[in-house]
Amino acid sequence: MSWVRSHLADILIRLAAVGALLAFWWWATSQAESLYFPTPDTVFQSVWNDWLMNFSDSWRENFWPSMKRLLLGYGLAAVASVVIGVAIGRSRTFGQYVEPIIHFIRAIPPPAFLPLFLILLGIEDTQKIVLIAIGVFPPILLNTIEGVRSIDPQQFDTADVLQISTRRRVTHVILPAAAPKIFAGLRISMSIAVILMVISELSATTDGLGFRILQASRQFKYVELWAGIVVLGVVGTVLNGCLVFVERRVLRWSTV
Amino acid sequence: MVLIVILELVTRAELVSKDYLPPASEIVGETVLLFGRSTLWSALGATLRPCLIGLGLATAVAVPLGLLLGLSTWAHKAAITIVELLRPIPSVALIPLAIIVWGRGTEMRVALIVYACVWPILFNTIYGTHQVDAIAADTARVFGMSRTRTTMRVHLPAAAPFIFTGIRIAASVALILAVSTELLAGGANGLGVQLELARNFGDLKLSYAFVIVTGLVGLAMHFIFESIERRKFAWTTKVQSR
Repeated sequence: MSWVRSHLADILIRLAAVGALLAFWWWATSQAESLYFPTPDTVFQSVWNDWLMNFSDSWRENFWPSMKRLLLGYGLAAVASVVIGVAIGRSRTFGQYVEPIIHFIRAIPPPAFLPLFLILLGIEDTQKIVLIAIGVFPPILLNTIEGVRSIDPQQFDTADVLQISTRRRVTHVILPAAAPKIFAGLRISMSIAVILMVISELSATTDGLGFRILQASRQFKYVELWAGIVVLGVVGTVLNGCLVFVERRVLRWSTV
Repeated sequence: MVLIVILELVTRAELVSKDYLPPASEIVGETVLLFGRSTLWSALGATLRPCLIGLGLATAVAVPLGLLLGLSTWAHKAAITIVELLRPIPSVALIPLAIIVWGRGTEMRVALIVYACVWPILFNTIYGTHQVDAIAADTARVFGMSRTRTTMRVHLPAAAPFIFTGIRIAASVALILAVSTELLAGGANGLGVQLELARNFGDLKLSYAFVIVTGLVGLAMHFIFESIERRKFAWTTKVQSR
């Protein structure tokens, strides 16, 4: 109760802001009476009718294919880049060889890989997963490297003195110490992953969330198009929320 | 360099089919040739123009807004909620909508780039104004500086390095969006359009070459921003060589 009271002003401001946004949206769109900009009530109706009422269908055709690509690409890239990142972070020479390459790959806008992957990997899921993975890879990798490099050398000396094996050194010294940085990288790349998922689904697909938006726009169903955008926003928020939740649990000890 | 040699050996030894990965020397040769052709330069111009316009507009919108939100707690709380609602919408999801509304021309690209670039600049500006030394702001008040003058003379310079970081991040976002709109919406010219063309001709070498060129553009942008950052903001300790 005391929490509610002390945060009451805060909550009220936030609610008022959301209300103001909705009111503005409604006012602007009903004034404009434009086909392209439907009023929010019709949009939310469409979210309800087209997405939630037959959730099992939309799950099978839109959510699940998208999630599968996203999580596979993201997961593969995350595991690979943490492993490689630890290696680079610990070895100067290896880092000197590999880092210029990573910086170059990072400089390429990931969507530019799309045509290339369409030739090399076809239009199946592999291409989409690889596209997501390659876009997500550099930020996590660079953050891991930085995290590993900034570990206090004393920790390694202590591990030496205690004769801790290499494997335990990785799992008990390096990874926990680098974890805050790694998570920072994971969070940056989650939004990149969502963007790339949508891009990959806007060309050469028959299912997924991006495809649904594309289809709505091709059929000039503007309300459904807006509903799709709202749904994507919610998906992004939920994914980010999950990540923050995991991060809080894992990094409970950390002050960062 | 080592990578190029390895790639060359791998492809020459035909460990990987030539249909997938042409020898590195040929790709590099193609890339160098590309720089001699006018197609590349006009494509480059067509891609960079909406990037720069969009980035400029986004800066013009986001910096004043960020200062305002950074200075007022009430406006900040209210606005942050709205921002948190809008930000997770992936900018590329708006491409189909933007095509319908603005067509496939430059306006559509610029609008999308502005939308995507506003966020990093806005967040960095807010963060930067929060980092301003409170004593400096108080001193300005003691000297009887007006609010606007305090903002212009104390907050803006102090937040400038952060704002610049935001613009740097936004620049790479702008490039990403410019290329993806060109890939997805087509257009008269641009790096993305040329990439798509190369793909349609099945010209693998040319595709690789264009990917490398886009990478070089991104790299060039990175270095330009970094050198500006180092020269202009050498006085701060916040700026790291990253």
